[in-house]
Amino acid sequence: MSELLSLAIGATLVLYAVAMVIAMLRLFGGPSAQDRVLALDFVYVVGMLTMLVLAIRYDSEMYFEGALLMVLFGFVGSVALAKFLLRGEVI
Amino acid sequence: MPPLAETVVALLLLCSGGVVLVAALGLWRLPDFFLRMHAPALASTLAAWIVTFASILHFSTRGGGLALHVWLIIIVLSITVPVTTIVLARAALFRRRQAGDALPAPLPPRRQP
Repeated sequence: MSELLSLAIGATLVLYAVAMVIAMLRLFGGPSAQDRVLALDFVYVVGMLTMLVLAIRYDSEMYFEGALLMVLFGFVGSVALAKFLLRGEVI
Repeated sequence: MPPLAETVVALLLLCSGGVVLVAALGLWRLPDFFLRMHAPALASTLAAWIVTFASILHFSTRGGGLALHVWLIIIVLSITVPVTTIVLARAALFRRRQAGDALPAPLPPRRQP
């Protein structure tokens, strides 16, 4: 791996971390419950992107399954929380 | 891995970092919930596509043939993200109407001919 690529990966991970911190501010200080659900969904997506970048960083395809699982669990969690906000019960 | 492919992968990753940061800033700065719903779509569509292209390029130029399995993440995201968005929007609309807001705002009265 060249110097340029490892530097770019480091910068990308720093940008993702800053984005996650900003989303955490919205998650903990959001004025309404749906804001918090939206911020949690965003944090899930950024975590999935981080897994894909780490797959390039460590040159391993094992991270791909982790990223796929994060997409699926983020979807299930967000839909369950949104259904809970809609009627007050999940199913 | 050829140096040109490494440069392209590095540029794509930096672009995705910028797009995700813009999405987070939109989530933080926009004034209303229904405006804020637009911002994270940037991360789950454009940034995910860019990172997927970078990943396909990286694993395909390693010498093991074409590696297209990362495409599965794009397919799953394009199925799940609209469902999450529509359910969350309906929940927010329901809660705001329960709280007494007239949403969406009423149209101006139509002029009689």
